[in-house]
Formats: sequence, structure tokens, C-alpha cells
Amino acid sequence: MHQELQLVPEMTVAENVFLGLENERWGVLAKDEAERLEALMRSSGFALDPGSVVADLPIAEQQKIEILRALARDARVIVMDEPTSSLSKDEVGQLHEAMRTLRDEGRTVIYVSHYLEDILAVTDRVTVLRDGVHVRTGPTSDETRGSLVSAMLGRGKTETPFPEKVPPVGRETILDVSELGNEAGVRGASLTVGKGEIVGLIGLVGSGRSEIARAIIGADPARTGDVMIDGRPYRRRTVAESARRGLVMVPEDRRRQGLVMTMRVRANITLPHLARIFRTGMIRSGKELSRTRELMEYFRVRPADPDGDVSRFSGGNQQKVLFGKWLAEKPGIVILDEPSRGVDVGARERIHQAIAELAAGGTAILVISSEISEVLGLAHRAYLIDRGRTVEEIDPEAHSEATVLSALFRHQAESDTDPGKGSAAGTRTGTGEDDRVQVTA
Amino acid sequence: MSWHGVQRFLQNYAVLILIVLLMVALSLLSDSFLTFRNLLNILNQNAPLAIMASAMTLVIIAGGFDLSVGAIFAMGAVSSAYIALHVDPFLGLFMAPIIGLGLGIINGFAITLLNVHSFLATIATSLIFRGVAIVLSNGRLIPVRMDDFTWLGRGKIGGVFIAVWIMAIFAVALSFALTRTTFGRRVFSVGGNEEAAILSGIRTHRIKIATFALAGLAAGLASAIAASRISLGQASAGTGMELQAIAAVILGGTSIYGGKGAVWRSLAGVFLLALINNGFNILNADPFYRDLTTGLIILAAIGISAGGARR
Repeated sequence: MHQELQLVPEMTVAENVFLGLENERWGVLAKDEAERLEALMRSSGFALDPGSVVADLPIAEQQKIEILRALARDARVIVMDEPTSSLSKDEVGQLHEAMRTLRDEGRTVIYVSHYLEDILAVTDRVTVLRDGVHVRTGPTSDETRGSLVSAMLGRGKTETPFPEKVPPVGRETILDVSELGNEAGVRGASLTVGKGEIVGLIGLVGSGRSEIARAIIGADPARTGDVMIDGRPYRRRTVAESARRGLVMVPEDRRRQGLVMTMRVRANITLPHLARIFRTGMIRSGKELSRTRELMEYFRVRPADPDGDVSRFSGGNQQKVLFGKWLAEKPGIVILDEPSRGVDVGARERIHQAIAELAAGGTAILVISSEISEVLGLAHRAYLIDRGRTVEEIDPEAHSEATVLSALFRHQAESDTDPGKGSAAGTRTGTGEDDRVQVTA
Repeated sequence: MSWHGVQRFLQNYAVLILIVLLMVALSLLSDSFLTFRNLLNILNQNAPLAIMASAMTLVIIAGGFDLSVGAIFAMGAVSSAYIALHVDPFLGLFMAPIIGLGLGIINGFAITLLNVHSFLATIATSLIFRGVAIVLSNGRLIPVRMDDFTWLGRGKIGGVFIAVWIMAIFAVALSFALTRTTFGRRVFSVGGNEEAAILSGIRTHRIKIATFALAGLAAGLASAIAASRISLGQASAGTGMELQAIAAVILGGTSIYGGKGAVWRSLAGVFLLALINNGFNILNADPFYRDLTTGLIILAAIGISAGGARR
């Protein structure tokens, strides 16, 4: 079972369950799925109306269809990848009940989740993985939330040293965001970044880190909240206007969002700045080449060819080009989303150094990373993010990866039990029924 | 050159290689092929298609398709003949590209406002445009036997047809816009990676609208030349021309997925298609085989340039 449901929304429950397993006679469908489903439901204890159309059903019911689908194929092992991420509290309870039924029938259920409470509530044994490496497997009764968190941390891998932190050059706040909210999953983000300051955003997968960044620069429309740059309100945000005001974002996915792989390096570098660099509208190659060479030299991009085919560069060198692209016009505020994801150690070190140098030069920097150690190593201050809101401000010097992670899980559990907060924390379901709530206990 | 280099060269210049091969073959088979007169005639006859294919190149590089240029051509032909007859022949010729531009802008807005693929939107608008052309002409031919109308399609300047001059100027201008201006860069970025372009602050809707506007302008210009040449406006003009223009663009090696291509390639594509036609004429070959041969050559050219090129 996949995290995202893989059903055909226009078809009925029964048709979905037996998709690909239809009985036929000379190529003509027997249309006996409803009867077969009745039999299956009697034996498994799930109750659903075979004739309902999938699109009309709530997510929890759709999850059941996925389970029935596995049963129809007589699955002995059922893997559920984050099945609760769009379920309400009651629905999670129902799902857990179903999982126990499956277990009692002698089937194996593998439950992949980052909701520790769910894991502790329903599983018999638990395996902890970190960075694709097996950490340990043991009976769930031996585990607590704390023991799982520390297992997920493990010993830090051989980490390249981070550049020394230079105290911010000034005191004035450059970027001031308050109570930002939108339909993409941002539900109250408030933060400030000062001149020459590096500020981190830390959150679990799916906590809305990138969505907050997109809302700030205007890539997604915001519903509520304000953004101020240099003390002046900045409404009607668009990516183009943000870039004009010196507010830029280096996106997390360089292939999909960052670089135009069909264009040469120099065309990628100048793409966001065309109107400012070439005021007449004519491309002047000399100007473009010198800009590109300068940045490629600074980042030590290899091959150092401004006319190079960027799609043939290594991940690290692509990332340097992507970073360089946004520095070409000396922005005042830079948001870095996963600045070193999927790059080699050398490129990572160079990128970290560039971040530190940029801040030392007075640029305000907001850095987002799924690697907690990276944020702690780079940032002067950091915010913890849970379900699209900033929940705590921390001092990286006073924290370790372990204390941050347990704080994150503490916030997750707190908003789970607090009905007021929990009701606002609906996760995206893909069906447009955004009132569904992620509450687990 | 390494084997890999040879392969890339073939993929890049498949259309030119085919043109050279065809020209050599036709020169050997017929004395009348390789004459200034014949080559100039080929260019002249295909000037309207070449103008449309040049602009279609920009649409396709930006990741779109315009299936309505044939219908815009019909609108241009009918309205220029109508205006020529009822108002003024010069104004008629002048208005065709303007009307084409307007219809192209309508296409652009239909695509970006409705947020639908240009393929679908332009199928619909092409029916609308041709429908209007039929209503406007009452389904009849509109003959315009006036020298003030026919000079554009038939006249010569410096021994070369005016149509060929217009085609050359138009293609050079578009080529310049595409390769030397910030507008061209934006066109490439929209087709190469729309999301990255949006996140780079490019107003991708405007760029798309501009490419469709240019395609409309080109179709109007082409229709003025064609209507003037045959001194006739009719609502069935330009039928199937959108497919010829797209075929020429793809044949030239411009990527159907967007992000890559050049105007000269489309001109080469038009020329290759024209050579096949011309070959049938001067060799007196059975015209029943014309479509078959054209199809096979298009397939061969696409096969060569696609061979392992895309990842």
C-alpha cells in the first residue's frame, strides 16, 4: 500500500478491489465483483458498500479498499507506507483495528510511519532505519518514544566541519514574517531574519518547510499574514517582484524546479535577471560570459565552461550552478531549500562556505534542511516547524540533533492531543476534503 | 571524429544531410532541377508555409502547438479579399497580418486563462476561426482582380519575388529574437522547464501568449501573400497547412517536447518537403506516390534525430 492512494476514483469499490483480477468469459466481463467482494468482506470483517464510487468515499474508507485489494490478491505480507497521514483520529483507530484483524488471521503487516505514537500503539516489533541503514529491530514493548528517537539519531556520520559562525553584522531585521497561512499547508508561520544572520527552519518530513518558503517569496498565494522587508510591508507577492526586491529562493529540487536542463550554464545563470542585466532586451554575450565565469570560479564549478551542457554536470556542480544563478544579482535575502541535498562532500563544503561568506557580507539567509545537523551547524538561530507553523525558536548552540528531534516529536504529540490545535492541522488529502484532521493519540 | 561524435552530428544535421542527398539525386536525374529559376520558384511557392513554420518554431520551443494557423490563414485570406473589394486593396493586404495577430492573441488567452493544453484550445479555436471565415465569405470565393492587390504575391524586387524577401526578413527577425534577445531566452526556458521558469520570476503566460500571437501574425502575413498571388480569398484556404507547418518544424529537428530548436531548422524542413514535391514534378513521377514518399522521409528524419537522443 502506497502513501498516496492508488485507486481509480471513477470506479466502484468492487471494481477497484478486483482491478486486474476480473473474471471473464471470452473477453466479456462477468461483472461478478460485487458478489466476490461480499464474500471477501465476510471473511475479513470489513464492511463497505461494493457499489459506491470511490471518489465519493472518505479517505479512511478508501484505505480499506486498498487493504481489501491486497486481500483479494491473497497477500501474506501487506506493507503500509504512511497510511495514517491523512486520517482522522477515529479513522486511525479503525485502521489499527483492521491491522490487528489481519495479524490475527496470520498475515504480516509492515507499517511504515513517522508517527511514533501509532507505531507504539499497534505494532508487535519495530525496526529503526536511518539514512537507509538498519539500526535495530526489537519488540515494541521494549521501546518508548525516547528510545526510538535516540535510535533514529545514532552516532553522527563523518561530518565535514562547518564554517565558523560569524556573529551577524547588524541588528536590524531584514525579513519579518508574521502569521503566514495559505491553502498549500502553511498555518501560521512567524519568523524574522536579520542582516547577516543565518536562520534555520527545522521540521519533520511533510511539516511544511518548503511551503513556508514558497509562501514568503510568493510562489504560492498566501491567505493570511504579512511579510515585511526592511520594515516595509510587501503585499501582492510574486516571484518576479520578490527577485526585484532582492528576495530569492534556491528551490530544493534542482532538476524539476531549479535548472532548465535544455539550456547552457550561462543561460541558466542569467535567467532570473534578464531584465536587469540586459536592459535593452538584447543578450550581450560578453557581459553574460564574464558574469558566469565569475560565479563559476567562485563556486569552483567543474567543468568551468560557461557554455557547458548543465544536464551533463554532476549533482554537486548543478547545485553550485543553481546557487550561483540566484547570487548573480547580489540579493539581500536568500532562502535556501535543501542546499546540499544529493551532492558530494566537496560540493557540500563549498556550498556551506559560500553560505557563511554570504552572511558575513550582510545577506539575510533562511536555510531549510531535512538534515538537522546541517541547520544546527550553519544557523545562528532556528525555528522548529510542525504542520505548517513555527512552534518554537531555538538556539542551535544549546541543542543537539537528539534534543531537537525529541522537541519535534514532543510538539507533534502536543498538537495531537490538543483538540483546538489538532483541528487546524488538517493534512492534504487530494480529494479536496481539507477538513479531515490528522489526530493520533 | 569518434563514433559518438558522428552519431551526434547525424542527429543534429539530419535535415541538412537529407536535403543535400535529395539535391544531388535530383540534379543527376534532371537537367532542369539545379537552375536558379527552379530553385527560386521553389522558395517563392513555399514562402507562405515557411513564414508560418518559422513562427510555429517559437510556439513549439515554448512547449505548445498551434493547430489553428490554417484557420487563421483562411480568416486572413477571406478578410483581406473582402476589405480589398469593399474598402481598399492596400488596406486589405495590411489587415490580414493584423487580424492574424489578434486571433493569435485570442489563442494565447484561451490557453492561459483556461489553463488547457494548447493542442485542445487551438483545435476549438480553429473551428471557430474557419467558421467565421465561412460566414464572412458566405461560403463563396471572393475574387479580387486588382493590380493593387496582386503585387504582393506576384511582384519582384531586384529579380527576386517580394514574397521571398518577406519570408527572408521575417525568418531572420524571428531567428534574431530567439537567439539574441531576452525574449528568446524566456521562450526557451518556458519550454525547457516551465516550473523552473516560473520560479525564476518569468511570467510564463505572457511568453506563451506572445508565441501564439506571433504564429497568428505569421499566418495572417502568409495568407495576404497567398490571396494576393491567386487574387482570391476563400474560406477553405490553408486547410491542412497547420500540419505541414508542424511537420516542417519537427522535420528540421526542433524538439517536439519544447526547449530546443531553431528557426533555420524549420526553413530547412520546409525546403526538404518542397524538394520532394518538386522532384515529383520535374521527374514526372506518379503523383500517387507523393504522400507515401513524403511520409517515409519524415519518418526517416525523425528516426535519425530521435535515435537515442532523448533521455
